Amino acid sequence: MSSSLRIVNGKVHDPANGIDGEIRDIYISDGRIVDASPEDAVSIDASGMVIMPGGVDIHCHIAGPKVNLARKLQPEDHRRDPHPGTPYTRSGSGGTVPSTFATGYRYSTLGYTTAMEAAVTPIGARHTLEELHDTPVIDKGFYVLLGNNIFLQNLLKEGRRDEFKQAVAWWVNSTKAFTTKLVNPGGDEPWKGKKNANVEDIDEKSTETGLSPRDIIQAFVETVNELGLPHPPHIHCNNLGHSGNYKTTLETMKTAGDLRAHIAHIQFHSYGGERGKNPTSAAREIIEYVNSHPNISCDVGQVMFGKSTIMTADAPLAYLLRGFKKGKWVNADTECESGCGIVPFSYQEHVFMHTLQWAIGLELFLMSEDPWRVLLSTDHPNGGSFMSYPKLIRLLMDREFRIEEMKKVNQKALDKTSLRDLKREYTLNEIAIITRAGPARVLSLRNKGHLGAGADADITIYDEQEDKEAMFNAPRYVIKSGKSIIHNHEFVGDHIGKLLHSTPAFDTDIEQIVQPFFEDYYSIEFANYAVSDQYLHDHEVIAGIKTL
Amino acid sequence: MSLKLTLHTSPDVPLEAPCLNPDTLAGMTADIVAAQKVMHGNQAASVGDFFKVAGKANGTLELEGDLSRVKYIGAGMQSGILNVTGNVGQHLGAGMSGGDIRVDGDAGDWVAPEMRGGRVTITGNAGHLVGGAPRGSAIGMLGGEIIIHGNVRNETGHAMRNGLIAVGGTSGDFTGVNMLAGTIIVLGDMGNRSGAGMQRGSIVSMNPAEMLPTFTHACVYRPEFLRLLLLHIRSAGLPVNDDHIEGAYDRWCGDVVEVNRGEILLLNGA
Repeated sequence: MSSSLRIVNGKVHDPANGIDGEIRDIYISDGRIVDASPEDAVSIDASGMVIMPGGVDIHCHIAGPKVNLARKLQPEDHRRDPHPGTPYTRSGSGGTVPSTFATGYRYSTLGYTTAMEAAVTPIGARHTLEELHDTPVIDKGFYVLLGNNIFLQNLLKEGRRDEFKQAVAWWVNSTKAFTTKLVNPGGDEPWKGKKNANVEDIDEKSTETGLSPRDIIQAFVETVNELGLPHPPHIHCNNLGHSGNYKTTLETMKTAGDLRAHIAHIQFHSYGGERGKNPTSAAREIIEYVNSHPNISCDVGQVMFGKSTIMTADAPLAYLLRGFKKGKWVNADTECESGCGIVPFSYQEHVFMHTLQWAIGLELFLMSEDPWRVLLSTDHPNGGSFMSYPKLIRLLMDREFRIEEMKKVNQKALDKTSLRDLKREYTLNEIAIITRAGPARVLSLRNKGHLGAGADADITIYDEQEDKEAMFNAPRYVIKSGKSIIHNHEFVGDHIGKLLHSTPAFDTDIEQIVQPFFEDYYSIEFANYAVSDQYLHDHEVIAGIKTL
Repeated sequence: MSLKLTLHTSPDVPLEAPCLNPDTLAGMTADIVAAQKVMHGNQAASVGDFFKVAGKANGTLELEGDLSRVKYIGAGMQSGILNVTGNVGQHLGAGMSGGDIRVDGDAGDWVAPEMRGGRVTITGNAGHLVGGAPRGSAIGMLGGEIIIHGNVRNETGHAMRNGLIAVGGTSGDFTGVNMLAGTIIVLGDMGNRSGAGMQRGSIVSMNPAEMLPTFTHACVYRPEFLRLLLLHIRSAGLPVNDDHIEGAYDRWCGDVVEVNRGEILLLNGA
């Protein structure tokens, strides 16, 4: 394959550069998009096709110890869904939690070229980096879990805010992470320490640390904005899945003030009603707050009917869910850092709760006023596999299809939502925003999510079709870093994507403060904890923006 | 004349051949059958590379040769007759829902995992996990009959939920482990820990067996259903004698670590 390409006659959707369906030519040289046609360029005729930047998944779970545990837990999934190799690509196994190779290839068959693993414990970083290296085609990074870290909470309790900031930066550097992730902040420690305990209120102070979830969230939002990481703290709020949790979500967003914050899978945090009783939809309350606060971004975490795997650092939640199905499940403690729970699950149309979740996700999408900040995700594999994105796109773009699908679900649950009244249909440009340009902007990935000169040549070319599910299911061409990966629906190449991470500056004196804690409480030596640079392989440091 | 496949080249490594069932080959001529795809290890190959094909498919498929390295014979079968002269490999009749498989020889492990209907007869011995649930699945055999004239190895009827497994010889350890329901009859000796983790269902043996401490003795009686079942398997050619049919049985209940609704019936006075 030549390193220069010219894509002609295609309809370009590049919302970051204000291009909405114009016929334009795109030129590629040495893995980047360029302004002028290179002389030796090979042409691709994209007549009747739609050209978009490669997709960017801002929130998924694709690598690391918990993902591997979920793979081991479900051999039946792999047996039923083998992923054969091709002359260019390796084989693997599928299901809701595919093997590393299948994950990379399946993302690329949907036109996705970047994906961010959303929750990795610091102690699992080395494992995650190795798995990400074996996840082909896509570029990738991960968010490091720090919201239930005992050492950091002790610093906060003692009011040592500068050392807290240094320690957060040290942890991001030591794990090669992209940004920080908070999961049920302050909730895992009571869970591990007392029988079935959890925090229920954002202002509930822990008896051990004297800190409330709000104290932890506020400290992280301020610190990450001060450090200028490329992505604000990625927050999985408290009370996920509980009726009435929208108040916690609103309070979490208010805690951020006017500082940047990202709320993960916000659908799971948009329930009204009383705790312990059937939920109602609070999508309107949530989306109105998001619409009017440009510092907040979120991904929806849409639920799609069918098999899924609940996979979370929110250990008490996994314990709750295991009671519904009485099947196999895993709960784990991760030293002083986090918890973990895995429950194979399936969302069913006839179940009230599942229909409500499905409808709330769609409500959030359809009532969003700024597609740049309300992004597409299914919290893969929690709400459904990333392989269901094309169907989700069709639900957003095609009201008639939506009406047909609404006939199949629990009507009582649907009556509790406003989904029937929402007439909006997403345009192709809006889809390009919520799947590409938006996530790239929220992640500060300046070379991704657009097709302007200098951008990474990550390009997807779809046949323009009436059936949007079929269209987004099978791009005709996928180009990654200027290299043809899929040509006429067939794999013609392979690629090892790079790691995207950030390196905030910190004072190395912090290591002297962290080290004694390790010697007292960790199972591994301090010297062996930080991940060495040889685990980076091909990588790119993403510069952030200081906003405080 | 029915379709007949004779092994001419033994595979070096296991050959996966789920196409070898009367439904898939229905209506095919010998040439087309020979061109069917199989996997030889990780390499694609065709039926003709290993088998000489004769005749035309008419609902009965005959296989001949030592097929102990051929896996998934009769997998997914819904109807028709499959006769094998020689040994067969693992996963014979996996997921079959109908039809009749008869093997004049021995079978490998995993005879008819996740079977839903139909009948499998093995005149020789079979391996582990007859009628079992594949790893990760909660449910094994859902219906149908497996008749084995020889011996079977461990975990016979693992997680089975319905149907009948009848063994003329002996069974290994963990007979009926985690079974949900259904019936297993072993005319010879059973190994250790029979019925471990069983929820419901019946395990019957004609010889004394060591009971787990989580089973309790209930009574001695003559269950009516058992006479019918034993007459049925006698007609299938298993060595059931009159003492078996007329005898009384010790009933043991278990497994109390589960719901305690299962039973093990042992011929009284044997």
